Amino acid sequence: MKYDNRAWLFLVPALAVMALSAFIPLMTVVNYSLHYIFSGSIPEFVGFANFVQVMRDPAFQGALGRQLLFSISILAVEIPLGIAIALSMPKKGIGVAISLVLLGIPLLIPYNVVGIVWRLFSQSDIGLIAEVLSWVGYEYNVSLDPVDAPVTLFLLDVWHWTPLVALLSYAGYLAIPDAFYRAAEIDGASRWKVFRYVILPKLRPVLVLGFLLRFMDSFKIYAEPLLLTGGGPGNTTTFMSLFVARKAQSYELGYAGASSLIYLFIVIVMSYVFFQLLNKLGSGESQKA
Amino acid sequence: MATIQLKDIWHSYDIEEGKTENPQYAVEDINVTYENGSAVALLGPSGCGKTTLLKIISGLTTPTKGQVLFDGKDVTELSAKERHIAQVFQFPVVYDSMNVYGNIAFPLANDGVDSATIRKRVYEVAEIMEISSLLKVPAGKLNPADKQKVSLGRGIVRPNTAAVLLDEPLTVIDPKAQWGLRRKLKQVQKELNFTMIYVTHDQHEALTFAEEVTVMQVGKIDQTGTPKDLHEDPQSTFIGYFIGSPGMNMMECSVDESGTVKFNGTSFNISKKRASSLLEHGDEFTFGIRPEYIKFGLEKSKNAVSGVVKLVEDTGAYKIVTTTLDTLDVKSRAPETMEVNEGDVAWLSFPEEEVKFYKDGKKVI
Repeated sequence: MKYDNRAWLFLVPALAVMALSAFIPLMTVVNYSLHYIFSGSIPEFVGFANFVQVMRDPAFQGALGRQLLFSISILAVEIPLGIAIALSMPKKGIGVAISLVLLGIPLLIPYNVVGIVWRLFSQSDIGLIAEVLSWVGYEYNVSLDPVDAPVTLFLLDVWHWTPLVALLSYAGYLAIPDAFYRAAEIDGASRWKVFRYVILPKLRPVLVLGFLLRFMDSFKIYAEPLLLTGGGPGNTTTFMSLFVARKAQSYELGYAGASSLIYLFIVIVMSYVFFQLLNKLGSGESQKA
Repeated sequence: MATIQLKDIWHSYDIEEGKTENPQYAVEDINVTYENGSAVALLGPSGCGKTTLLKIISGLTTPTKGQVLFDGKDVTELSAKERHIAQVFQFPVVYDSMNVYGNIAFPLANDGVDSATIRKRVYEVAEIMEISSLLKVPAGKLNPADKQKVSLGRGIVRPNTAAVLLDEPLTVIDPKAQWGLRRKLKQVQKELNFTMIYVTHDQHEALTFAEEVTVMQVGKIDQTGTPKDLHEDPQSTFIGYFIGSPGMNMMECSVDESGTVKFNGTSFNISKKRASSLLEHGDEFTFGIRPEYIKFGLEKSKNAVSGVVKLVEDTGAYKIVTTTLDTLDVKSRAPETMEVNEGDVAWLSFPEEEVKFYKDGKKVI
């Protein structure tokens, strides 16, 4: 086989766009991360000192911890809840259209609008949430209470993104051929076993996709905490991207560069690990004969 | 193992969905008995109700009317599991998240059988199906033919399996593997003496697998018989045409007392005795004759009709010749060695014993 190297020419426009939009900014960040920069001064090369500083910084560790807790909790709720919604949706008739529209609405609203709407909901004086909770005697205050704020963000994310998991699962669910249920019925499988050995394995590819999308997306959550709580009260809702952005905004460019690279590294490594794990899980390879 | 009897079965999906006005019946007036340990086939074109009938036998559908009897016991209301029916589907159904062992063990595990017994039984079945070496392989990674073997293995693993239903099991198997799988199915049926019902629209599969074939046409059973019966003595024009490749030649004709059969501006003779018994049913009929029974020649002969050769198809073993008689095309066979060309004048004669007469699609004599 002889390759025609002129084919690379066709990639030039795409590579040029990639370079401008991704590669050059990334390299700039790498460059920042290796220097000590402060507004007005001449950058000084410091090697990996910024990385060491970031790793040792309790503020960074706190943001990472909160981020992990947040992502794990929303995955733990959104994935099972999405599957449950998908399985209880009607399979034919007018109900299908109604449920699809209802599920689609949250997905169609832009992030910043979601943030503003929920900000109105959660106002302690005029907000819907505060009002409803006051009926049961709970004093809700998103800008002062260190529990109310992250819990509200958690609920916001579940409301916003569970429909995505539900829609993916629903598509996967409808694609399961009828013969599988008939076979399971003949084999005398219980309802749980039908779920465990027929539905779940068939949903696996879409669930892997949903899991990764939700993990990566929740790991870089930015607009919602910015609009709803501004990262507070204190730093209870300062997640990774907000933390990094704050550092950059305060012109600690070396520190911000190093922490974003660590952040990127974590996302890539965790996505890879999840992808590998989820693809092996339940593929029959881990079973003994 | 069981003798399966369908008594007066009618089924309508309309009624099942609650539409009781002018319901359409998917199958109607089905009466058939499949003896214990027999290999039978259910043959018919797509949409003729084969699959509905299969679901009624397996218990996945309860018929609108009629009874399903296993060894004389009414099982109409019993579920698939309670009937101990196994089924192999058109598209291989295996549990992807389990390995082959887990798949075959699954029905027994659901029945609460102890693991030592399961183990013994799974190894036995794997041995029969020649998949012992695959037991540890994830079922999702098998090729379609092996998946079908696992699927059949899962079907026969229960010691009390009443019957195995095969719903077009070779559809997605590549032609090379089909032969091996078909041999395996036949061998399992013979050795274990299972009642096996093979559903297909492929006459070749049906006729080679089964001792007895039921042919269906739009919801009704047309004929049940051995492959030989269906071939040599089709009871309807549909069977005549549907079975055989090419199918039977069918021609409109009129018969008189002298035994002259007139069709399409020409004629041939049959015995007076046969003519007179035909005339009891009227004088207009359709007669049918299989291509392989037509005597084809290029020289004039007695009691033969002539036409022009329109098409010669060489199968390698013999030639299929289409001859035009005035306006009618008749297919016949010619030996491979015979020199026939399109445009030749050909003489066809119809041996009387191979000519069947039909009225309204049903055989008269």
